[in-house]
Amino acid sequence: MSGHSTNYEFKNPAVKWLDSRLPIFSLMKGQAMDFPTPKNLNYWWTFGGILAIMLVIQLISGIVLAMHYTPTADLAFNSVEHIMRDVNYGWLLRYMHANGASMFFIAVYIHIFRGMYYGSYKEPREVLWMIGVFIFIAMMATAFMGYVLPWGQMSFWGAKVITNLFSAIPFVGDSVVTWLWGGFNVADPTLNRFFSLHYLLPFVLAALVFLHIWALHIPGNNNPTGVEPKSGADTIPFHPYYTMKDLYAIVVFLMVMAAFMFFAPNYMGHADNYIPANPLVTPTHIVPEWYFLPFYAILRSVPDKLLGVIAMFSSLLILLVLPWLDSSKVRSGKYRPMFKWMFWIFVFDCLVLGVVGGNPAEGHWLIIGRIATFYYFLHFIILLPLVGLMEKPKPLPASISEDVLAKSDAKSS
Amino acid sequence: MKKLFKSLAIAGILGALMSPQAMASGDGPKNAKNYSFSFEGIFGTFDRAQLKRGFLVYQEVCAGCHGLKLVNYRNLAEPGGPEFTKTEAKAIAAEAEVNDGPNAEGEMFDRPGKLSDKFVSPYPNDEAAKAGNNGALPPDLSLITKSRSGWHGSLKSLYLYSLFNGSGGPEYITSLLAGYADDPHGEEKEGLNYNPYFTGNWIAMPSPLSDDGVEYADGTKATVEQQAKDVAVFLAWAAEPKMEERKKLGFMVLLYMLVFSVLLYLVKKAIWRNVKH
Ligand code: HEC
Ligand code: HEM
Repeated sequence: MSGHSTNYEFKNPAVKWLDSRLPIFSLMKGQAMDFPTPKNLNYWWTFGGILAIMLVIQLISGIVLAMHYTPTADLAFNSVEHIMRDVNYGWLLRYMHANGASMFFIAVYIHIFRGMYYGSYKEPREVLWMIGVFIFIAMMATAFMGYVLPWGQMSFWGAKVITNLFSAIPFVGDSVVTWLWGGFNVADPTLNRFFSLHYLLPFVLAALVFLHIWALHIPGNNNPTGVEPKSGADTIPFHPYYTMKDLYAIVVFLMVMAAFMFFAPNYMGHADNYIPANPLVTPTHIVPEWYFLPFYAILRSVPDKLLGVIAMFSSLLILLVLPWLDSSKVRSGKYRPMFKWMFWIFVFDCLVLGVVGGNPAEGHWLIIGRIATFYYFLHFIILLPLVGLMEKPKPLPASISEDVLAKSDAKSS
Repeated sequence: MKKLFKSLAIAGILGALMSPQAMASGDGPKNAKNYSFSFEGIFGTFDRAQLKRGFLVYQEVCAGCHGLKLVNYRNLAEPGGPEFTKTEAKAIAAEAEVNDGPNAEGEMFDRPGKLSDKFVSPYPNDEAAKAGNNGALPPDLSLITKSRSGWHGSLKSLYLYSLFNGSGGPEYITSLLAGYADDPHGEEKEGLNYNPYFTGNWIAMPSPLSDDGVEYADGTKATVEQQAKDVAVFLAWAAEPKMEERKKLGFMVLLYMLVFSVLLYLVKKAIWRNVKH
């Protein structure tokens, strides 16, 4: 399935000439067209393709925005408004990029939860999963720095709060923060380097995605049964079956994005970011973008600053060892009666953390946040290893085809 | 059925979780009145006559203290806005005095405004603006409807309410301008005015509008609330001058994608028809 595939015999002489020197057409045919794919993938499997498209949309809209944007503290805010008002279709580009970031995260969260439910992180896909986690972290870094660029109040204060976290590092914390800022406050040098990194990271992301797909094409896709394909009867070629299914899903997903872009373009943003950054006026509530809220909630639910920062980073990094925390040999949650419940409770827990992160850390929000944080780690560290040993999985189908046939029989009878 | 119950249960729990904030909001600002404006909704457009009235209010009342520095005079004549004629817009621009230069002698000089100029702010800088207003800064109004929201507490500021009612910026401006009142506790504060819609309830801006404070050319009665609405709509346009273009294009894009997705679905179905999956 992988690596050095045999060269195909192409008819077109030019294609043949190039392919015998650089087998790029063979590679594409093998990996993007003939690639054997389980025939029972549901629509949750379309989000990988959706993510790839979102990355392309962010890259293209971002590069054009950068042609009109000025990364200095004095001019950044007005240059964004210049894009919105004076550049031809500048408003379209900017709303595409801003809402695109949110849609990117919606897709990645669905993609990650899909992997969790169907046990896609399990042997032999651990490295694929871990590359995914690195992609997720790189995405968060990219989005965080991107949000600083319009230099509104939330840009400034969000950057200040998050970079200030590093001051919790013992002994060298304050020096690290000064180094990150390039000065004694979030200011011009900070904005400049964030712009530079925000331009760089998406290309790192693209390289990681390449590795991600490479690692996917060694074992091939998991599927809703979690049972590996046993024979050719279980798989179909990627093209045209999944190219068409993915394309359909992509267009539907982009329709949701378009609805936001054109009719509620600021819904997922924050009003305060339309006020130019002002180091002397602190907004009443400093809130990061919605997709960081669960992690922000974890950060704030720990009373000690350093421990809070550690908890927040652990909540991300724990995903790296997920393949070894889950003790069950059964991949798909479909056949795991106890895990299935745990999964939905975990999803709910993450939503609760999100709501808590958007509210002031006081009163009952603080208590709910602490319980939800506790549960988040409990799920990974205690429940997952334990439940795998305790629960009695349902019988697995012998093969994908058998499962598919059983289902269509049940439907027709 | 079971699935339906499950989703209802989840929605219920989430709803319950989000609502307690209503109780927590306490002494905060009052929710803005949910005025309905012609530009709301998928097909909403600005009412040209209203934009012109709103411009008049801005020009005659607010411009003494507030700038509108992101807007160009030429925008007044562009489609999707008040759509003054070019001549009218030129005349409006010419009333402003623009500091330009240096000229060939190296001197700065004043000249009448041109279409390509941005609205001239009443004060040269924030310090001068503060000095002229008892230390309070009258914010530039170019983005004011997007930088304020009208809904507070519970579900409103959070999820569904804002999805269907917008952020409430223009509603907030209207409510604020028409919402000056006497403090219910009979309190008075030096240089501050009671207004329940303002965060903290005491605002440094004195009530700027009065009945018949401006005279509308189109015969509309200039009540305080009418002027407040008109100027809020004008400011909504100033903050989002491409709104009409955006919604028009959006409708076409979505229509196109809808048709495209149906076709793709049919193609996909045809391709898959012989595969049991
Ligand atoms: C006499 C000067 C003056 C005039 C005239 C004036 N304002 Fe103000 N305005 C101010 C000052 C000063 C503030 C700052 C208030 C504060 O921060 O307490 C302000 C604040 C505001 C705010 C911001 C409220 C907030 O949420 O922070 C808005 C909106 C506003 N004015 C709109 C208007 C409009 C619209 C008009 C014209 C109808 C107008 N103002 C006329 C002085 C003025
Ligand atoms: C830029 C972001 C990403 C892109 C473009 C991307 C792309 C893809 C693509 C095209 C696939 C195959 C189709 C599919 O199964 O949906 C895939 C599979 C997978 N991805 Fe991602 N991905 C991204 C982020 C992530 C992240 C953040 C994770 C986990 C933390 C992850 C974990 C996985 C796993 C485990 C699979 C295999 C799923 C299976 O076959 O069951 N991915 N990815």
